[in-house]
Amino acid sequence: MPDLLEFRPQGIYCPPAEVYIDPWRKVDKALITHAHADHARWGQRHYIAQADNAYVMRERLGKDISLQTVAYGETVHINGVKFSWHPAGHIPGSAQIRIEYRGEVWVASGDYKVEDDGLTPAFEPVPCHTFISECTFGMPVYRWESQQKRYAEINQWWAQQAAAGKNCLLFGYSLGKAQRLLNGLDPAIGPIFVHPTIAQMNAALEAVGYRLPATLPLSAYNKKVHGSGVMVIAPPGAGGGNWEKKFEPYSDASASGWVQVRGNRRWQSLDRGFVMSDHADYPGLLQAIKACGAERVVCTHGFTALFSRQLRELGYNAREEHTLFSGESEQSEKSEED
Amino acid sequence: MEAFVKLFESLDQTTSISAKTEALERFFSEADARDQVWTIALFTGRRPRRLISSGQLRQWAVQQSGFSEWMVEECYAHVGDLAETLSLLLPPPQANDEQPALHLLLSELLDLQQADEVAKADFVAHYWQALAPTARFLFNKLLTGGFRVGVSEKLIVKALAKVYQREESAITYALSGKWDPQNTSLEKLLASNKSEDASKPYPFYLAYALEGEPDALGEVGDWQAEWKWDGIRAQLIKRAGAVYLWSRGEELLNDSFPDLVEAAQELPDGTVLDGELVCMDAAGLRSFADLQQRLGRKKPGKKLLKELPAGLLCYDLLEWEGTDFRAQPLRKRRAQLEACCAALKSEQFVVSEVINASIWADLARARSESRSQLAEGLMLKRLDSTYESGRKKGDWWKWKVDPLSIDAVLLYAQQGHGRRAGLYTDYTFAVWDGDKLVTFAKAYSGLTDAEIKEVDKFVKANTLEKFGPVRTVKPELVFEIGFEGIQASNRHKSGVALRFPRILRWRRDKSANEANRLSDLKQLLYSAPD
Repeated sequence: MPDLLEFRPQGIYCPPAEVYIDPWRKVDKALITHAHADHARWGQRHYIAQADNAYVMRERLGKDISLQTVAYGETVHINGVKFSWHPAGHIPGSAQIRIEYRGEVWVASGDYKVEDDGLTPAFEPVPCHTFISECTFGMPVYRWESQQKRYAEINQWWAQQAAAGKNCLLFGYSLGKAQRLLNGLDPAIGPIFVHPTIAQMNAALEAVGYRLPATLPLSAYNKKVHGSGVMVIAPPGAGGGNWEKKFEPYSDASASGWVQVRGNRRWQSLDRGFVMSDHADYPGLLQAIKACGAERVVCTHGFTALFSRQLRELGYNAREEHTLFSGESEQSEKSEED
Repeated sequence: MEAFVKLFESLDQTTSISAKTEALERFFSEADARDQVWTIALFTGRRPRRLISSGQLRQWAVQQSGFSEWMVEECYAHVGDLAETLSLLLPPPQANDEQPALHLLLSELLDLQQADEVAKADFVAHYWQALAPTARFLFNKLLTGGFRVGVSEKLIVKALAKVYQREESAITYALSGKWDPQNTSLEKLLASNKSEDASKPYPFYLAYALEGEPDALGEVGDWQAEWKWDGIRAQLIKRAGAVYLWSRGEELLNDSFPDLVEAAQELPDGTVLDGELVCMDAAGLRSFADLQQRLGRKKPGKKLLKELPAGLLCYDLLEWEGTDFRAQPLRKRRAQLEACCAALKSEQFVVSEVINASIWADLARARSESRSQLAEGLMLKRLDSTYESGRKKGDWWKWKVDPLSIDAVLLYAQQGHGRRAGLYTDYTFAVWDGDKLVTFAKAYSGLTDAEIKEVDKFVKANTLEKFGPVRTVKPELVFEIGFEGIQASNRHKSGVALRFPRILRWRRDKSANEANRLSDLKQLLYSAPD
C-alpha cells in the first residue's frame, strides 16, 4: 500500500484526499496544525484549522482568507479520508492532525510538547501506525526541568531586580511563549508591560476564550507613576529598539530552549537565559512516540538525522524527511518564531 | 565550593561590568582565603595540570549515561564544550549537601597524580553523582581546563585592590609571574616587598587624529614629527631594581617579554620610558603580525625569543633619576631620552627617529612613504608640549595615512551580538580568483543602522546555505573594504592577512563581477614592504 502521506515539494500531501498539511507552497487545500508562520503560510486557497487559530490566522494571513474551523476531536471527511485535530500542547490552538484511511492511521504532529503548561490544551497521545514527529530538541543535552521551577527562577530574578531598583526585559516570541510567560509571572511583584505585537496576540487569544493576566502597553509606562521593578515582555526581534531606553536601568533575559547550552546563552549577550521551550525536550519526544504506539516514525524538522538514528537504535522503523518547518532553529531570527 | 559556584553564576548571569566587579568583591570579602588563591589562579589561566584525558572522560560518560559513543560525539560537536556536554548528558545528579571546599577538591584532584585508572574513575564518578548541576559543570571544567567566564585579569585586580585596599598596579604585579596556587597562601601572594608605588605607571598621553591639512598647526619648526609605529604602546619602568612593562590597557607584559625586561635591567633606577613595543632584529623592524605572536604567549619559548626579539622604540621620557619629568617641555625630555638611550649597551632600545622638515610638504611626502617604513603615518608633537594625561587636543596629533581599500563581495553573514542579536551584522568578504570567490577578510559592520537593516533583509532573503549561525548568501552585494596593512599569510585561504579590515562604504553602483580580484590584493602586498 502506498504511504498515506507523501513528502512533496509543496508540503506533506495526502493523495486520496488531495490535501496538504502545513504546506509551504501555494495549494488548493491546506490543513493547518497551528498558526505559527512556518506552518500556516500565506497564500493558500483554502485553510482548515482548529478554531482557536482563527483570529491569529486572520490577523496574520488576511481578514479575507477562506478558513474552515474545527473543534478538537471533530472529524472532517474528505474523499473518504477521516481527518481530526487533537491537542499538541505546543501553543494555544496547536493540534496534531490524525489521518485515517482504510484502517491505516497516521498522525502529523506539527510542533508539540508533552508538559502541560496550564494554558494550552495538554498534549494528547493519539494511537497511530505512523507518527510524524518534529525533533527540534531531539538531542539528549536538551532536557527541561519542570515549568514550575522555571517560573520560580524568573520570578526570583524579577524580585531581585525590583529590589535593586531595576526593570526587567524578558524576550519570548509573541504567540505562545509570551502568554505562557505571562501566565507564570507573579503579579504581586509589579506591573507587567507588553510589546504591541504581543498585545495583539493576547487580544486574539482572549477573543477565543483564553484568560490572561492584566498587562499594560509599553507606551503607558511612566517612570514617575510606575517607578522601577516592572516587567516587560517583548518578542526577540524587538530587542535593541529605542523603546528599551525608557526602561533603563534594566536587566534583560530570554526564555528559550536553546539557552540550555551556555554558548547560546552567552552568545545572545543578555543577562539571563531561562530554559523554557514550547517544544518537547529529548525525553519528551521519546515519551510521545512511545505513547502513540507507532511502529513507524518520520522525523521532520530539528535534529532529524541524529534523532532518527537514535530511534533506529531503540528498535523503531524511523526515517527523516526534509521539510521547511523551522522549529526553534532560528531562535533569534527577527520577528520569527518557533 | 559553594562560594565559587555562586561567584561563577553571578559572573555568568550578567553582562554588566559593574555587576561582575561587585560579584568578585563579594567573593574576595567572604570566601575562604585558600579558595580565593585557587580562584585567582583559575581565572588568570593557571589551571592544574591535566591528569585525566578527555578520551577517558568521554568513555566514562558513555558508560554512565548509556548513550552510544557517536551520540556523545554529536552532542559535543553541538555544544562545543566537553565539560558542559558531559554535565548535560549524564543522568541528573543525586545532589546532596556535600559540596567540598574548592581547595580541598583541587588538592584531592592533584593527589590523583600517582593514582591508577580505577581510582581516577571512582573519583570522577563520585563527584558526577554528588555535585549539583552548576558545580558538576565547574568540576568538569577543572578536569578539562580553561575557564572563560568573561572576566579579565584586570577586573580581578580591580576587585582585589578594592577589597584589600591596595594599588591596582601593585596587585597586578603581585599576580604576575610564576606561582603555584597549591603552595601559595593569599597573604604571600598579595604581599610585595616592593614599595607600592614602584610598579605604578603614569597615565598615557594620547593623541587626537588630525583632520585635514597640518598647515593649520602653524610653523612646522615648532613641531617634532615621528613615524606612527605599528606596534603597541608601552611604558617601561625601572625602579628599585625591578622592571615593569605596561601596556596602554595597563596590563603587565613582563611575562610575555622576558627579553625586554632583562635588557631593561641596565637602565638606571628611577627611569620611565614611553614607547612602541615592537619586534625587531638585526635586519630591522618586524611586522605587527610578528608582534602578535609574541603578545599571545605568556611564556615564550627560546626559539620564539630568538626568532622574534622584542624591542622598544622609545619616544618619551616620563621619569628620570626618580623625578617626574612630565612637566618638562618635549625638547628637553627628548634630549634627555637620547642621552639615556645612547648610554645603553642593549640594542633593543632605539630612540624613535625624528623626521626633519623645513616645510609641511616635506612631512606630507614622508607620510606618503609611511607604509614602506612599517608605519601607520606620522605623529606630530609640539616641541614645547608637556606630557599630559589621557586624550588631550592641541599638542599631539596622529596624522595617519589613508587606508588601503578593495571592493569585495559579501559571501557569508553571521548574526551580531548584544542587542543586535537577530540582525546579520558580521560579514565575510571575498574577491575573485578566476571564476571563484575567495574569502579574505571578516569585518563587522561599518554601516549605518539603516544600511545594516537593509543588508540583514538581503541576507535573510538570499541565503544559499546555513552552517550553524553562519549563512552563505548569494554573491551580489559589493562593499569597499578598508584596511591598514596587508601581509602574506599561509593561514588564510586567500594567502593574505589584513590589518584592521573594516567596511568603508556600500558600493551600490557595482555588481558582484565588478569587485576586485585576488591579484589586485596581491598587488598591494608586493607594493608594501614585507
